[in-house]
Amino acid sequence: MTDTFAAKAARMKGVLNAAPPLADSSEGMSYLQTLPRRLVTLYLPLSIILFVLLFPFYWMALTAIKPDNQLLDLDTYSPFWTWTPTLKHITKLLFETDYPIWLWNTMLVAICSTALSLVASVLAAYAIVRLRYRGAQWVGVAIFLAYLVPPSILFIPLSTVVYQYGLFDTPFALILTYPTILIPFSTWLLMGYFKTIPFELEECALIDGASRWQILIRIVLPLAVPGLISAFIFCFTLCWNEFIYALTFISSTQYKTVPVAIVTALVDGDIYRWGSLMAGALIGSLPLVILYAFFVEHYVSAMTGAVKE
Amino acid sequence: MADIILKAPCNTASAPHRVTAWERLKADRNWLGFWFMLPAGVFLILFLAYPLGLGIWLSFTDARLGRPGDFVGIENYQFLWDDSTFWLTVFNTLLYTSVASVIKFAIGLYLALLLNERLPFKAIIRAVVLIPFIVPTVLSAIAFWWLFDPQFSIISWSLRKLHLISANIDFLGDPWNARWSVIFANIWRGVPFVAITLLAGLQTVSPSLYEAAIIDGSTPWQRFRYITYPLLTPIIAVVMTFSVLFTFTDFQLIWVMTRGGPVNATHLMATFSYQRAIMSGYLGEGAAISTAMIPFLLCAILVSWFGLQRRKWQQGESDD
Repeated sequence: MTDTFAAKAARMKGVLNAAPPLADSSEGMSYLQTLPRRLVTLYLPLSIILFVLLFPFYWMALTAIKPDNQLLDLDTYSPFWTWTPTLKHITKLLFETDYPIWLWNTMLVAICSTALSLVASVLAAYAIVRLRYRGAQWVGVAIFLAYLVPPSILFIPLSTVVYQYGLFDTPFALILTYPTILIPFSTWLLMGYFKTIPFELEECALIDGASRWQILIRIVLPLAVPGLISAFIFCFTLCWNEFIYALTFISSTQYKTVPVAIVTALVDGDIYRWGSLMAGALIGSLPLVILYAFFVEHYVSAMTGAVKE
Repeated sequence: MADIILKAPCNTASAPHRVTAWERLKADRNWLGFWFMLPAGVFLILFLAYPLGLGIWLSFTDARLGRPGDFVGIENYQFLWDDSTFWLTVFNTLLYTSVASVIKFAIGLYLALLLNERLPFKAIIRAVVLIPFIVPTVLSAIAFWWLFDPQFSIISWSLRKLHLISANIDFLGDPWNARWSVIFANIWRGVPFVAITLLAGLQTVSPSLYEAAIIDGSTPWQRFRYITYPLLTPIIAVVMTFSVLFTFTDFQLIWVMTRGGPVNATHLMATFSYQRAIMSGYLGEGAAISTAMIPFLLCAILVSWFGLQRRKWQQGESDD
């Protein structure tokens, strides 16, 4: 009964989607609006919002290359531009502090925990969607609920757990705890991707005598590459962004990640610290922004996919 | 009789090839499922489920940093109940969450509607809008810290040059100013997420619906109210649940910009529990504060759950 209803609804949806392809690809009726009207109702608010969203980055970049005397003297020099850019803050950051080490730590932790989580979530997502073992549905629900458990209520007990396991103040404390944030998310995302792969392909392979493992490696994974890229990028960004675990579980400076190190080690009460701080923030964001620039579509589909699935 | 005949070939076929325990482990659907779930399961049980339970247990003990505690019943909760700072953080958290979420939703929806229009360089604009969400929160929080500097804030300077104010604004030094400043920073970071996910929802709405409504003489408000909003409701429910959840448990922005100051005016429950548990060492009390957040989170999760169900129901999908 429910099956026939679902089938009917799906067919109806197909009809609805298939019927007006011309209308869907057209621009609607917005061409009827005049330019002055569009200026006020569209371009003006859009540019104000864009300005507010981007100004902090401009300010960050400008501060990173401004000489110190201009930084604190807003009245003599125009604060919005500088004619004498300097690399002093950046070189100071790279050669006089441990910044390269922090950058390396962040990269290491992000790549290791992303890789671990991807392997675990590919297996888990495949099992939930395609093996359909007993209780798979409920495991799927549990994974979704795990996604909703925020790190800020876990860090206190986790710090005692990390201490018990002898991981405190080692990179492994982060490499092993970050997957708890990443696995639920990427499993949920990959479940959505795996569902779109036609199971007829797998049935063929099963008849030809392939094992489940071979099916996963040779058929499902090659077809799910876009999903894997999305999951990878999103996980990598989440790792880079993580703060509270890194703040709690790491105490020695040489193991800190960029976000924690900037806040704890670089802030030293020096009045001229702003240049290096901003340079640190800028360089710390660059890897992510570059990665994002190459994979915008994957990133967006990861973000919206996780919400829509 | 018939049964015996049917069974017989099966028995003879499987007799020479006995299914060993190893093969059952390798091929049985449930066992296979178990093996595939193992890595994820180990991680989530060791580092998520166990700590979650342990946190609730810790909240009933007097554990200190580096010393396991004894069971003390609800003493921690009683202490918090009488602690005015705790109630202040609850107030701050609710204010922060409600104001930031409502504004994030309003601006996010508005931005999504703008981006859904016909625009030149649409892909680039959309990519640029998301940048605040990509950049690590801590790093953009540092930028805001500099923007809100009491002496050298460019905002104060610009307003002074425009003769709107006479003295610099003490953004992070005054309790209410500090509250609005951190809320602003949170909105700034959250709007792109809301806007881009709602935009994805908007793009699934067929333009022909709007054309039909325009021909019927509808006003823009009616088109929004009776076409866009109903079709977008399920995704709004989910997006806002996530937004509320992450705003409620926010830690990074506050910690970087104010560390809960001035006079605890910007302490959220997360930063407060960090201060009590890690900085002062009262693990039990900190755990009690964290545990007190769980009921709020459960509400958010329930809303999200029913939002998802409703979406499936609306689109006529089966429940899988």
